[in-house]
Amino acid sequence: VTAVTPAAPAAPAPAVIAPRAAVARRQGRRRVTGIGWNAVGLVVFAIIVFPVFWMISTAFKPDIEINSFTPTWVSSSPTLDHFRDAIDPDLHPGFWDGVKNSLIIVGLTVVLSMVLAFVAAVALAKYRFTGRKVFVALMIGILMLPQAGLIIPLFVVLARYGLTDQQDPLPTGALVGVVVTYMTFLLPFAVWTLRGFILGVPRELEEAAMVDGSSRLGAFVRILLPLVAPGLVATSVFVFITAWNEYIFANVILSDQSNHTLTIWLSYFAGTSRNTDWGGLMAASTLTAIPVVVFFLLVQRKIAFGLTAGSVKG
Amino acid sequence: LPSSRVPDSAAVAAETISPGSRRRRPFTTRLLHTSVPYLLILPVAAVILAVLGYPLYKLVTLSFQQYGLPELIQRKGVWIGLDNYASALRDSVFWDTLLRTLLFTIANVGLTIVLGTLIALLLVQVSTFVRVLLTAGLVLVWATPVVVAVQVWYWMTNFQNGVLNHILTQLQLGDFFQHDWYATTFSKLSMVTLLIVWGAIPFVTITVYAGLAQVPRELVEAAEIDGASPLRVFRDVTFPILKPILLILTSLSIIWDFGVFAQPYLLIGASHVDASNYLMGVYVFIEGYSHSDFGRGAAISLLMLLMVAAMSVFYVRRMVRTEGVS
Repeated sequence: VTAVTPAAPAAPAPAVIAPRAAVARRQGRRRVTGIGWNAVGLVVFAIIVFPVFWMISTAFKPDIEINSFTPTWVSSSPTLDHFRDAIDPDLHPGFWDGVKNSLIIVGLTVVLSMVLAFVAAVALAKYRFTGRKVFVALMIGILMLPQAGLIIPLFVVLARYGLTDQQDPLPTGALVGVVVTYMTFLLPFAVWTLRGFILGVPRELEEAAMVDGSSRLGAFVRILLPLVAPGLVATSVFVFITAWNEYIFANVILSDQSNHTLTIWLSYFAGTSRNTDWGGLMAASTLTAIPVVVFFLLVQRKIAFGLTAGSVKG
Repeated sequence: LPSSRVPDSAAVAAETISPGSRRRRPFTTRLLHTSVPYLLILPVAAVILAVLGYPLYKLVTLSFQQYGLPELIQRKGVWIGLDNYASALRDSVFWDTLLRTLLFTIANVGLTIVLGTLIALLLVQVSTFVRVLLTAGLVLVWATPVVVAVQVWYWMTNFQNGVLNHILTQLQLGDFFQHDWYATTFSKLSMVTLLIVWGAIPFVTITVYAGLAQVPRELVEAAEIDGASPLRVFRDVTFPILKPILLILTSLSIIWDFGVFAQPYLLIGASHVDASNYLMGVYVFIEGYSHSDFGRGAAISLLMLLMVAAMSVFYVRRMVRTEGVS
C-alpha cells in the first residue's frame, strides 16, 4: 500500500511560470505586473502565516465561537479563559512543572554545551592539527543522524545506568540522562557554529594585542572573547530553542509525568477524550511557543547559514 | 626581537611561515604546543564518545541479541546471531515501510525545494514592503516549535469543525463538510506532508534568497536585452549559480525527511500509527521501543542508520571540503 505520489510537486509550477513569461512579453507594463507580483506575495504571506494566526485567534475565542460550524476569523468577544484553564493545576496539571523542568534541563544543557563547544571551536578555528578533518566530519555526521534510529540503544544504555525514569532510576538520574543526551546532539552544532564566529574575528586584532605586550591568553580574553560574544549569545539561544522543542528523547527518558518538559506536557494536552478542548489546546500551544519565537526572532539572522556554510556567503 | 614573538602569536599557521624560529624552541614546548588543540577538543570528544559512541556500539551488539523487557531488567541479552535481521527482512511491513518512506521523502523534498525556491524568486520581484512582510512571516513559521505546529494542524484539519474544511467549501472546491482527513493512509500522510513542507519552506526560501543575491544583475539584464525569456534566464543564468545551494538543501532535506518522527507520530496520533501508515522513524520507535523488542528494533535501527549514512556522504564530504578552504 503505497501512500504518497511524487506527482504532486509539479502542480503549482505552471501557474507561477506563466505570469513570469508574461512579464517579458509586456516589458512596458512593468508597473502593472509589479502590482501582480505584490498581490501574489500577499496571498503567499496569508497562506503561510495562517496557521499561526489561527492558533492565536482560537486561543482568544469563547467556546461557542470555536465549536460553531461557521468559523469566526477574529473573535467579537475575546476572552482569556483558555489561558487561565490551560495553566490551571486542577484542569490541566503540569504546566508549571513543565516550565520548571524545561528551564532546568535547557539551562544546564546550554551552559555545559557552550563551555565545552567554545573550547573545541577555538581548537578548530585557530589550530591546524592531525585528525582535524576527521573531527569535523564527525561533528557534521552526527548532525545528520536520525534521532529515531538512536532511541533504542540510548534508552537501553541510559536505563542500565539508572538514567531514565524506568528501571530503578537514580535520584535525578533521568535529568542527567536527558541533559547528556541533549549535549551530545547539540555539541556538534554549537562547535560548528562557534567555529564560524571565531573565524570571523580578524587574526590581526589578536596579533596587534600581543605585539603590544599581551600574553596569548590575555589577548584571547580581552580581544577575542568580546568580539565573539554576540556569536556566543546567538549560539546559546539556538541551543536553548532546540533543547526546549525537543520531543522524542524527552518523551522516552522522562516518562514520569512530574518530570515532563513543557513540550511533552503540550503533546499530552489534548488527551484521549473525544471532545478536545480546542481553545485550551491553542492557548497552551501559544504559551509554549512564545519564548521560542521571541528568542528565535532575535538570533535567526546570525545562525541561519551555519548549515549551508561555504555555499552561501550569508 | 619581533621574530621571537611571531611563533607565539598566531599558532601553528604562523609557525609554518617562519620555520626557522620553530627549530630553536625546546622539544617539551613543542610537544605542549601540538597537544593544545587535542586538549581543547577532548571534552567534546569524550562526551560524544560516551553518550553516542557507546550506544552505537550497543546498537550493533543488541541487534544480534534477543533483548526485551526481561533482558533489560537482568541487563543481559541472549545471543541469537542474525535472527533479528532475518525476521525484519522477511517481514513485508519492513519493505512496505521502506518503500512508503522513500516515496514520502521524494514528495516532501520535491515540494519543499520547488515551493521554497519559487517563493525565493517571488521575494526578488515584490516591493520592499511585501518582501519584509513575507520574510517576517517565514521567520515566524520557522520559529514555531514542531509540537506546537502539530497541535495547530490537528485543530485546523479536524473533521468536525476544522477550518480547512470550511475554507475549501467556501472556495467552491467541493463539499468538504465534516470531511475526515485522517480516513485513509494517503490522506493521513498528505496531512503530515503539508505540515512538514510548511515548516521546512522558510529555511529553504531564506537560504535560496541569500543565494540569489550572488547572481550578478548585469548578467540577468544582458540576457534579457538579448531577448531571453524569464524561464531561459532562470535556466541558464540563475540556476547554475544556485545549483550548489540547491544541492546542499536537497541533501539536507532528504536526510531530515527520511528520518522524520515527531510530525507523523503526533499528527496521526500515537493510537493511530500502525503498519498501514508507518514511516521508518515511527516504525523503529513502535516496533523497538513501544513493543519493548529492543533487539529487533536495534537491527531495524542499524539498517536505517546505514541508509541515512549513505545519503549523508555527499553532504558531509562537501562540508568538510569547504571547511578546508575557509
